[in-house]
Amino acid sequence: MQTYLMAFIIGGLICIIGQLLMDLTPLTPAHVLVLFVVLGGILSGLGLYQPLVEMGGAGATVPLPGFGHSLVSGTIEDINKYGFTGIFSGALRATATGITAAVVFGFLAAVTFKPKG
Amino acid sequence: MPASDGSEGQQEFQKWYQAQFNQVKPKPPIVKNALWAFVVGGLICTFGQVILNYFLGLGLSMKEAAGPTSAVLIFLAALFTGLGVYDELGRYAGAGSIVPITGFANSIVAPAMEFKREGYVFGLGAKMFVIAGPVIVYGLVTAFVIGLIYWLRH
Repeated sequence: MQTYLMAFIIGGLICIIGQLLMDLTPLTPAHVLVLFVVLGGILSGLGLYQPLVEMGGAGATVPLPGFGHSLVSGTIEDINKYGFTGIFSGALRATATGITAAVVFGFLAAVTFKPKG
Repeated sequence: MPASDGSEGQQEFQKWYQAQFNQVKPKPPIVKNALWAFVVGGLICTFGQVILNYFLGLGLSMKEAAGPTSAVLIFLAALFTGLGVYDELGRYAGAGSIVPITGFANSIVAPAMEFKREGYVFGLGAKMFVIAGPVIVYGLVTAFVIGLIYWLRH
């Protein structure tokens, strides 16, 4: 129960930050998504995002900063394993399932359904 | 209402008018929007935790379970975008439906569907990356730079 509550709170708070950025600055949703992935990556590089994941679970991994965290932590993992070439392999390896799912399911949905109106 | 004669009176009138105007002007729904974002975003993440716990229960590690969890959420988001439900939710939820990975999936499906009429290559195939493309570009560049710094220091 505790893990679900923490996921709700951490995930909700990250979304509030996104909403405030959209309401109080001229940033569009696309800008917020890009900004969040980059911020998540930087926080991950500084070692600050992993503690958030341990605290919030899916509340930290499901929002877009979690995607940035996966990209960076995957890169660092591969550098530790393979050295220099890990800089090029880690990010996409760690996010391969999500990206492939997004492209394939996105394609299938777009082929199957007609837009409204 | 004060009389508006002469420049001093005029100024006073302006002040009075501004005060009246501020009273009736609708407040921007910032608090309401933030609350919607919190609740819907929080619920999507809680649902993500349910799926994550299912995969952890199958014996996967946290790292191994993250991918399949994203894939399930993305599948559902693609389906509900196709059915027109997700964008309806987004009218209220704002960032609550945009910031989670389901919003990323929505940003792929919605333009792909919309631009299908322009063909399967330049329409569906190209337009599906209108938002996802920049996200992946800046995400990968960030990971590359941080990786390079990490490599140089180790």
